[in-house]
Amino acid sequence: MSGSFDILIVGIGGQGTILASNILGEACLIEGRHVKGAETHGMAQRGGSVESHIRIDGRYGPLIAPGQVDLLISFDLLEALRYSHYLRKGGRIVVNSHLVLPTSVYTQKLPAPTEDEIVKALKKYDLCLLDADRIANEAGSPLSQNVVMLGAASGWMPLKPATLLESVRRLVPRKTVEINTKAFEMGREAGGTG
Amino acid sequence: MERRYLLGNEAIAHACLESGVDFVSGYPGTPSSEVIDALRARPDRSYYVEWSVNEKVALENALAAAWCGIRALCTMKHVGLNVAADPLMTSAYTGVTGGLVIMSADDPFAHSSQNEQDTRCYAHFARVLCLDPASVQEAHDMIKPAFELSEEFGLPVLFRPTTRICHSKGDVELGPAVPGLRKGEFHKDPRQYVVIPAHTRVLHKKLNEKQPAIRKRLVGAGFNRFEIRGKTAVIAGGIGASYVQELLPAGVSFMKIGAYPIDEEWLGDFVRKHEKVLVVEELAPEIEETVRQVAGCVPVFGKKNGYAPYEGELSPQVVAAILEKAGFLKNPFLPAEPVPGLPPRPPILCAGCLHRGAFYAIKKVFRDAIYPSDIGCYTLGLQLGVVDTTICMGASITVASGIAHSGETRDVVCTIGDSTFLHTGIQGLINAVYNGADMTVVILDNRITAMTGHQPNPNTGATACGIETPPVSLDAVCRACGVRFVETVDPYDITGMVNVLQEAKKRKGVRVVIARQMCVISARRAGVKRGRYIVDPETCTGCGTCVRFGCPAIEFEDEKARINELCSGCAICAQLCPVGAIVREGKR
Repeated sequence: MSGSFDILIVGIGGQGTILASNILGEACLIEGRHVKGAETHGMAQRGGSVESHIRIDGRYGPLIAPGQVDLLISFDLLEALRYSHYLRKGGRIVVNSHLVLPTSVYTQKLPAPTEDEIVKALKKYDLCLLDADRIANEAGSPLSQNVVMLGAASGWMPLKPATLLESVRRLVPRKTVEINTKAFEMGREAGGTG
Repeated sequence: MERRYLLGNEAIAHACLESGVDFVSGYPGTPSSEVIDALRARPDRSYYVEWSVNEKVALENALAAAWCGIRALCTMKHVGLNVAADPLMTSAYTGVTGGLVIMSADDPFAHSSQNEQDTRCYAHFARVLCLDPASVQEAHDMIKPAFELSEEFGLPVLFRPTTRICHSKGDVELGPAVPGLRKGEFHKDPRQYVVIPAHTRVLHKKLNEKQPAIRKRLVGAGFNRFEIRGKTAVIAGGIGASYVQELLPAGVSFMKIGAYPIDEEWLGDFVRKHEKVLVVEELAPEIEETVRQVAGCVPVFGKKNGYAPYEGELSPQVVAAILEKAGFLKNPFLPAEPVPGLPPRPPILCAGCLHRGAFYAIKKVFRDAIYPSDIGCYTLGLQLGVVDTTICMGASITVASGIAHSGETRDVVCTIGDSTFLHTGIQGLINAVYNGADMTVVILDNRITAMTGHQPNPNTGATACGIETPPVSLDAVCRACGVRFVETVDPYDITGMVNVLQEAKKRKGVRVVIARQMCVISARRAGVKRGRYIVDPETCTGCGTCVRFGCPAIEFEDEKARINELCSGCAICAQLCPVGAIVREGKR
């Protein structure tokens, strides 16, 4: 309809979804393409569920309708399931296998699905599951987990890997360029290429 | 020309630089805060910028600057405009000489707000111009004309972006920044600036006489435009226009509204060329009401006849459903429902947040009390059962005194943050003391306006631009209001805070307890390291006391508590554990 490639990045406030979406936006600028995005700020950031919409070649509104997302990147296993209905038929989902249970599960004893149940439910999509926390640690910093995830998803984006890497290098703190470059490459290896 | 990927608010801030803004004031409020945050962070400032104590104060400052002939921007969220409504209404009478742009950011769906009011209604009410952008680029592009229109008509201009503009991003084409070098000068003119009845009657007439010219001028301004493509038409405003354009089938005419007041003649010409018209806009039926006035016998579809919702925000799927209901297209989106039964993940007070400790102590001392509260991160105390009311900024102390005087026999203990106390809390405190209310006020003092992104306030000790200032003494303010019992405590010291609250409980009249501790996010940024705490699994009995405290750093696994990497070392859980199982990492 709109001709855009629609990406949804989800996670928990504080996991670095905004930097990840900025990296995609900057990559679009480098390639001279239009891009639109929307994200969660304010109260919703305090450890809550957060979402960033990114529409590569987007010319209209920033929001993507449920059932229309081409690529879903989730920094948390439970959040992947929460937003999975946003995926279009045949859409790809790249998920960090790490699971953080909401505090409500402990304080209100709410039932929560197990890791196995979540993975089973996500298998109806084109699933790429990786341990981004472990890879980020190997790359040199647990904070590079968001860049690992982008690397893992990069094979399914209509953006050149070299552009994405350039964008990573531009946007991460200068001291961490080397770690994040490694994180991107290791993520890319873990995610495979489309 | 430069193209950058920017947040809507950053694009708006840059457009202010391109307009040579001279004076900036505002009060933080989601989704408006990042405009001033972007402007105050620039090292090459050629303009004055302040965080004011509230929106009324901010607008009166900006208005005065504009009276002196310089360009002024004043930012706030939609509900802040209620606070600033008093100067707004009369500023339309006095007018301005320098451009005055009042940005009031609306929040459809109340993502971070207490209501879904519509700033366009205020523009209508005050009879001033209003610009309502449909995209981040247009938000940027409207700012310079907003200043120019303000100067042309000598009126403040309301600029009304919404959450999905302010917190959207896009590739934005920017122009060069122009330094604001105007020097303000106040020209005395009592007939303009002293609104005694004899003057204001004349000023009101002048305001009304400006209206036809404004409407005509906005036709040519380019923010309201149309394309005739068929016998039916959709008229859309704000970001709704972007959603409509993505979905609109060929052969349907389209009109986009971005500037108010709308010229009725121009609108009527368009409407009457069609057999039916659908209006798509967020919140109030502001466009729809004007369309209905001019439609004659053309059927109009919109909120008033149930085709579009009054509440919430628009989105591609909501707009598709409206278009389908009104017979414009078949909804292209297949139903996609979320997986049911997942545990929700709402925002939560941070691990190590001072408010959690303060709420715990309040609940321990005042078990069966009424807990009025206020606007800030601490509204999340709702999850802990210590927030019974929240209406608007400052309404904790006033609601508390109202309940205390109502005949309610239970204790009344209200909570209010430092920034909110300085915003509109002090008047309520003076009133409560003056009228002899029997209540306890707990000021949650983290020395910063945290929820909106850690803006400094008079209690912080620094201005918006980081210049050191003497911090306000909350203790001295409360004492000056006539409060006799004022105690400052550290909410990380649960025993200490409980003791002070017990003392407060015994007293009569208004008692104030100031719970002071740095915001845990500010502390982390300042490099404060307290060390983490761990649970000794051998000692832990799995009683769940620490888990019920509700800290996101505490998990429960295999019948034992466990502390995760979110721990910031506040040590409150270690004080609560009945068997001493929680200890500092590396100790013991």
